[in-house]
Amino acid sequence: MSAVDAAVRPRRNIELVLLILALIVGCGANAMTAINEGTQLGSDFWMETSILAAASLGLHISLRFRAKYADPLILPIVVTLNGLGLAMIHRLDTPQSDYGNAQARWTVVGMALAAIVIWFLKDHRMLRRFTYISLILSAVLLVLPLVPGITAGDINGAQVWVKFGSSTFQPGEVAKITIGIFFAGYLSTNRDLILLAGRRIGKLQLPRFRDLGPMIIAWLASIGILIFQHDLGMSILFFGIFISMIYVATSRASWAILGILLMFAGAMASSVIFPHIRLRIDGWLNAFDPNVFGRQYGGSYQIVQGLFGMANGGLIGTGIGQGRPDLVPFAHSDMIIAAFGEELGLVGLFAIVMLYALLVTRGMRAAIGARDAFGKLLACGLSAGIGLQCFVVIGGVTRLIPLTGLTTPFLAAGGSSLLANWIITALVLVISNAARRPVDTTPLAPDEAPTPETSSSAWGTSAPETALTQAVKQQ
Amino acid sequence: MNELTLTVLRLGFLVLMWVLVFSIVGAMRRDLLVGRRHKTGAPSAREVRRNPSLAEPPPPRQQAHELVVVEGPLAGARMALGESPILLGRAQEATLVLEDDYASGRHARLFPQGSRWFIEDLGSTNGTYLADRQLTRAQPVELNVPIRIGKTVIELRP
Repeated sequence: MSAVDAAVRPRRNIELVLLILALIVGCGANAMTAINEGTQLGSDFWMETSILAAASLGLHISLRFRAKYADPLILPIVVTLNGLGLAMIHRLDTPQSDYGNAQARWTVVGMALAAIVIWFLKDHRMLRRFTYISLILSAVLLVLPLVPGITAGDINGAQVWVKFGSSTFQPGEVAKITIGIFFAGYLSTNRDLILLAGRRIGKLQLPRFRDLGPMIIAWLASIGILIFQHDLGMSILFFGIFISMIYVATSRASWAILGILLMFAGAMASSVIFPHIRLRIDGWLNAFDPNVFGRQYGGSYQIVQGLFGMANGGLIGTGIGQGRPDLVPFAHSDMIIAAFGEELGLVGLFAIVMLYALLVTRGMRAAIGARDAFGKLLACGLSAGIGLQCFVVIGGVTRLIPLTGLTTPFLAAGGSSLLANWIITALVLVISNAARRPVDTTPLAPDEAPTPETSSSAWGTSAPETALTQAVKQQ
Repeated sequence: MNELTLTVLRLGFLVLMWVLVFSIVGAMRRDLLVGRRHKTGAPSAREVRRNPSLAEPPPPRQQAHELVVVEGPLAGARMALGESPILLGRAQEATLVLEDDYASGRHARLFPQGSRWFIEDLGSTNGTYLADRQLTRAQPVELNVPIRIGKTVIELRP
């Protein structure tokens, strides 16, 4: 009946072709730096190139073996973004800093984790068993940076890191995944209750007060992140993921409206109460005021330097290695989009934004195709999270919204973020494999189709899984 | 390397990025058609917009239009089926509140999909039986097939 079911080709070869193109872009960016700076392609270049190529081909091969029908476009997109990020971070390295090689190491770890998820997670529905464990895990991960002893303290105004030997880790990034699993499990179980109960006022069906519970908890948690960890970005991200998932689960606009109103109320109240958020908003609205620009804490120096950089880049950019993105504080992490804007120009930046848009679309496509509510909600929530994160970061850098401390997925330097995003990629790939895998189209077994005449008293045995999809397909 | 080569390389890289973007879009094009296969000779969406008489007739209405309680405390009750799912159970928020001690609060759910209605057990204690067979997953409900929930039996009628 539908073209969805017609797409039964694995399309792994298309993935391989696109992957090679992606590697050319990623490693080409790295080579361009050296060419533009007039230096030789050093050992760093060859190491990063071979690492990226070997790891992504390894991932491609594990997809061939374990998830043959996974979406063929997700991996090339992610590898492109990861490669571009590596090149830019490497380019921004000064003789004193070594973020490039650290990022390359984290890339390998991230891809290895993704391969492990693809290899061992045969069925994403298994994760549904961990619904409430995920909730507890997310709570623990979110509270971890506040625990004395393991906390890395206040770094750049936010308390979101934990010490891990000599390195630091941001548990909130991993909490993104666990909270997605919890919401998907919770909403797929309780959707009917939320959907069917409640009072109707005009066109808006309002949820019952006790069904609001999880929403209020999610809201309080995100406000808590804001208050105790001073992390506006993460707070918006968590609540945004929740709103998008509950909207998809119930298809009721009232939830989304209610959630956005709550979010605004929280943001308004916190901007009145907390001075550091007030400074952020001031730095956003009055960025070009000389007093705000020069202010030591919460000033707009960073964002305005980023804007100057992008203006310097213009339409086609200065070329990688030719601009001065190093003038922007945190150019390799928070402001990497500004660095790309300067060196690749508007044309290059739009290509990056397009890649993100395509990645989110593929995640949503996997959600549409998924045959179970849990998989739908999980794929949708995870990809909505990536989309939202991009919006918050790129919107912040381009001064559309106040700048927050979120990382740009796959591009920005930061091990925890890279790790979490690779795991998300693997989960979406596994779900898309389940979505695109052909269903068994053999006719229904005689005892599968109930008719008025059947009156055998046999108890329904656990028939093979394909029978449900078969039944749905037949209508 | 001279200035010209550098400029060509710089622009070439931007072109390469967009080549990648467009090859990805090209590869996903055929995947975007959700739900409908193109029929040869069928009018395109634009043609239909210009000339509404070309539009295909809407799909046939759902066959079942009524739910009838055949046995049990509510025997004889009738309920029109719309387009929204129906919650069956003892809970007050259920669409059809069953006053039946053997039914769970949220017992089962009837929902339309395509042209048919499906029944799904919501983890009830005593189970839901479609044509004397216990449900283990969502199943399509044909007309006049008894659905048993506790002491209550309901059927779908045209």
